[in-house]
Amino acid sequence: MKEQIESIRAELEALAAGEGPAASSSRELYELKMEYLGKTGKISALSKGMRDVSPEERPAVGSMVGELRKRAEELFEQWERELKKKELSAKIAREKIDVTMPARFAETGSVHPVSLVRQELIDIFAGMGFDVFEGPEIEKDYYNFQALNIPADHPARDMQDTFFITGEYLLRSQTSSGQIRVMENKKPPIKVLSPGRVYRSDSDATHSPMFHQMEGLVVDRGITLNDLKGMLDEFARRMFSSNTKTRLRPSYFPFTEPSVEVDLSCSNCGGKGCRICKGTGWIEVLGAGMVNRRVLENCNIDPDEFTGFAFGIGLERIAMIKYGIGDIRLMFENDVRFLKQFKG
Amino acid sequence: MKAPLSWLKDYVDIDITAQELTEKLFSCGFEVEELIYVGEEIDRCVVGRIEKIEKHPDADKLKICKLNCGAFGSEIQIVTGADNVFEGALVPVALDDSSLHGGVKIKKGKLRGIESCGMLCSGEELGINDDWYEGADVNGILILHDEVPLGTDIKKIVGLDDYIFDISVTANRPDCQSIYGIAREVAAVLDKPLAPLDLAYGAGEFTTSERVNVTVEAPDLCPRYVAHYVRELKIEKSPQWMRRRLALAGLRSINNVVDITNFVLLELGQPMHAFDLARVAESSICVRRAEEGEKITTLDEKEFTLSSENLVIADGEKPVALAGVMGGLNSGITEETKEVLFESAKFERANIRRTSRKLGQKSDSSARFEKGVDAYTTGIAMNRALELIEELHCGKIAGDRYDIGEAKVTPKVVKTSVGQINALLGIEVPKADICDILKRLNFSVTARGDALSVTVPAYREDVDGYPDIAEEVIRMYGYDHIEGTFLKSASVTNGGLNDEQRTEERAKAALRGQAFCEIITYSFVSPKDYEQLRIEDELAKAIRIQNPIGEDMSVMRTTLAPSMLGSLVRNIRRGNEGARLYELANIYLAESLPLASLPEERKTVSVGLYGAGEDFYSAKGAFEAVAAAFGLHFAYRSAQRPFLHPGKTAEVFLGEECVGYLGELAPDIAEELSLETEVYIGELDYAKIAARGKTGIKYRPLPKFPEVRRDLALVAEEGMACAQVESAIRESCKYVTDVRLFDIYRGEQIGEGKKSMAFSLTFTPREKAISPEDADGYVKRILKSLHEKLAIELR
Repeated sequence: MKEQIESIRAELEALAAGEGPAASSSRELYELKMEYLGKTGKISALSKGMRDVSPEERPAVGSMVGELRKRAEELFEQWERELKKKELSAKIAREKIDVTMPARFAETGSVHPVSLVRQELIDIFAGMGFDVFEGPEIEKDYYNFQALNIPADHPARDMQDTFFITGEYLLRSQTSSGQIRVMENKKPPIKVLSPGRVYRSDSDATHSPMFHQMEGLVVDRGITLNDLKGMLDEFARRMFSSNTKTRLRPSYFPFTEPSVEVDLSCSNCGGKGCRICKGTGWIEVLGAGMVNRRVLENCNIDPDEFTGFAFGIGLERIAMIKYGIGDIRLMFENDVRFLKQFKG
Repeated sequence: MKAPLSWLKDYVDIDITAQELTEKLFSCGFEVEELIYVGEEIDRCVVGRIEKIEKHPDADKLKICKLNCGAFGSEIQIVTGADNVFEGALVPVALDDSSLHGGVKIKKGKLRGIESCGMLCSGEELGINDDWYEGADVNGILILHDEVPLGTDIKKIVGLDDYIFDISVTANRPDCQSIYGIAREVAAVLDKPLAPLDLAYGAGEFTTSERVNVTVEAPDLCPRYVAHYVRELKIEKSPQWMRRRLALAGLRSINNVVDITNFVLLELGQPMHAFDLARVAESSICVRRAEEGEKITTLDEKEFTLSSENLVIADGEKPVALAGVMGGLNSGITEETKEVLFESAKFERANIRRTSRKLGQKSDSSARFEKGVDAYTTGIAMNRALELIEELHCGKIAGDRYDIGEAKVTPKVVKTSVGQINALLGIEVPKADICDILKRLNFSVTARGDALSVTVPAYREDVDGYPDIAEEVIRMYGYDHIEGTFLKSASVTNGGLNDEQRTEERAKAALRGQAFCEIITYSFVSPKDYEQLRIEDELAKAIRIQNPIGEDMSVMRTTLAPSMLGSLVRNIRRGNEGARLYELANIYLAESLPLASLPEERKTVSVGLYGAGEDFYSAKGAFEAVAAAFGLHFAYRSAQRPFLHPGKTAEVFLGEECVGYLGELAPDIAEELSLETEVYIGELDYAKIAARGKTGIKYRPLPKFPEVRRDLALVAEEGMACAQVESAIRESCKYVTDVRLFDIYRGEQIGEGKKSMAFSLTFTPREKAISPEDADGYVKRILKSLHEKLAIELR
């Protein structure tokens, strides 16, 4: 009996000393385990053989069998662990993938560059306390011209080639029409943006018969030209970069007095002069000025009590500068290869 | 406005370069759009004297000249074919490696074996005519008649060494639509004196009033009318200096009298006219509205039929000029003209503009009047013209004149203060600077303490309030003084988008989440687009533009469909594999036509898509995404649209209200457009959806008990709509919270004309858990109801 125990132990220890059992799968290892530890296995057979052992020897032999069983269980557990590990490594090795293959993802759509600029401008100015007002695109002559100090047959009408529907109705040629509609219904303090589509009979690489403007209007006590400059400086810094500078120069719009053209230092060359700014270092981006007294009077706002400023920004123009788009017509062709570049 | 440097120098001592002056003008509000060097094309062309002429040994018509060009060489050999050369003549010599008018390059070469080191030039080769330099029109070499040093650059001799400033003058400054007006600004910005105009002339012992009777019957359209009689006229060529001035401005010299009127127009911006008095009937000139149907033939031999909107100058019988636009053919100056009545008038600009547009007749004069002529200049221009008559010795001037209307131009006075001006600007411009700037601009200023009384120059009709004065100050003081402050004194306001505006972003974000790209298309479309979509009957209701760029952009759209289709088609034609597009924009719906009130501008969403894997249901997905964003449930009903596939079109309902449609483009239209892919288009009435959409998010507690799912395969008639089955299921069990079709099967086992629809049902428990037995009971109930209502059986 003892010999049997020793021989089984020796078998197991030999396996343990070597490379373990030759089992290549958990199944095989299990079968081997059953050979020893199964109900009919070698060690169980020993337990059954205990009845043939003399009562004196029984405790000693019994403990030997118990130790053997323990040792066998230990070893099989260890081999199982090792095999599992090996199997897992093999599985991992098999599962290596080509990480450079294309991804699966739900593509999202895009925002039109004009909308991107519009959102960005609204964000900038909303933070400074501006509301947003959208006026009608088909407008009365009064709002687009007369109330803005541009009477019928005034030469300033030649500054914009306007589309007419009837003698009285037209497609607004500027979002400045929104100024009047706001001031008719609201008294100062006023800070409002009026974005939208505008229309002029003009079509080439830099002009489109339909384009977008955003009018800004501030009316309150003690508003100065200096304030206009301060606000536009802030706009330039946030829209382009922190070192973008603005330059005002005299101009004329019938609804502002004084009127200015506002240039920004060229964001492409930083003001040194390049192709984009035609070597001047400056890019013309918007018109602005102090609200003309007559315009305030037309809206029943006392020009001796209140002053204000207004500015009009061309959204396509900003988008063209900001994103480096050379031809305005691209904006309205809606080619997906163009559109998909503007994922907001 | 084109202003030559040499002409400006007549009035101001300009001691800076043309480039520097350009910068100065820019800073005070006059952008020089182009600085043109007149002699740009001419290079290395100098004065030379022909010292010796020999015959060419091998060519009868060629001569070999030896030229002395001073520093450029004293024995330059040039071969010429011209006949008019002679020894001792001074001529322009294009040296080796020179360039001439039209980009012609001259290089040393051989002519019939004889070396020629350049070329002798004609006027034409220098790009000039007699107006620039007498003799330039001669067919041959230009023979110089001035004694000038040899080797002098020819540009200096013939007037090409000059700059022209092409200045953009803003609409508020008509006074600067003249050389003298620009000179005034130049003097102010350079802080230099401005030379006064020569306005004095000697008058004869006869009067205008004896010779002609002048009346103004329409003073509203003609605020000032000045007429002066000149007789014993000698129509001749103008002197060189005047012709050169006109040539610089791009005008051809006609004769002295016509040239004087053109010269005054350029110099002072006042259109002048001269009537041949011999051709004026009844010695009468009357400024009046035309009679209805009255006719005039203008100088360019065009006939116009007039109305009482048009202002004319008439003699005793007929109109002799279309006021401010063009003289009549019947009263113009000819070689035989002996006596004229000069006219200098201020015509109301709006009326000239209307007449010019309505009749389609334009001239330098009408262009000028449209911009606005001031009554002050109307007077001095006449003096200037008469002074020139005298200077050119071309006539005798009457001792009096007609001056009807604003003969006495009362100067405007603006009362303001240093404080008021600075309050508008936001900076402190010192009082002394304010006064100095205004004086430089010919404003006269009386200062008492802070208060300023500013008298506006008579020609500045644009100035009428203190902001104008502030503008004058700052444009000269310099906008670079404006530092930038941030609304120091303004009230704090809230800002940002309102709910309605934010809602739009929600709809757009939902579509972007479904991979749709935003497009922007023109608001106007073509009538042909409506025909293409078979909806031409809608055209009658569409708003039309009176003056469109073209027919294809003449209709304000009442649907976004044509624009969306256009964008899809462009993408397909450009070979893009697929596109998902959306637009949120207005359609324009008139209450009645012609427009009598503002039309409704209805915000509408359009979606369009094509490409591999796209079908009706992907388009529907876009709509469902919008519905989800607004917490709405859309119902879809099979429908028809003239431009959509009759079997693949749905109308979209919110309750019983139709809020949109979607479908596949009709195959016949697709074929017309040669599209080889299916295209899907839909539109949603955004305004209605936004109005009914739920705002805000309200959290619903999670179910306490697990949900139970059951799949059912149901056999129905082929024509059974999914939505019918779905709502029958929902109606027959209140615990059903989701019904989803996941498969459709047709086959022999199912039977002809039938289909098997596999649905996945979700039961959500409420107050207590749903046991498997409960669920079986619900299913039984549902099947019973389906059987009874729709004859649907479990497969």
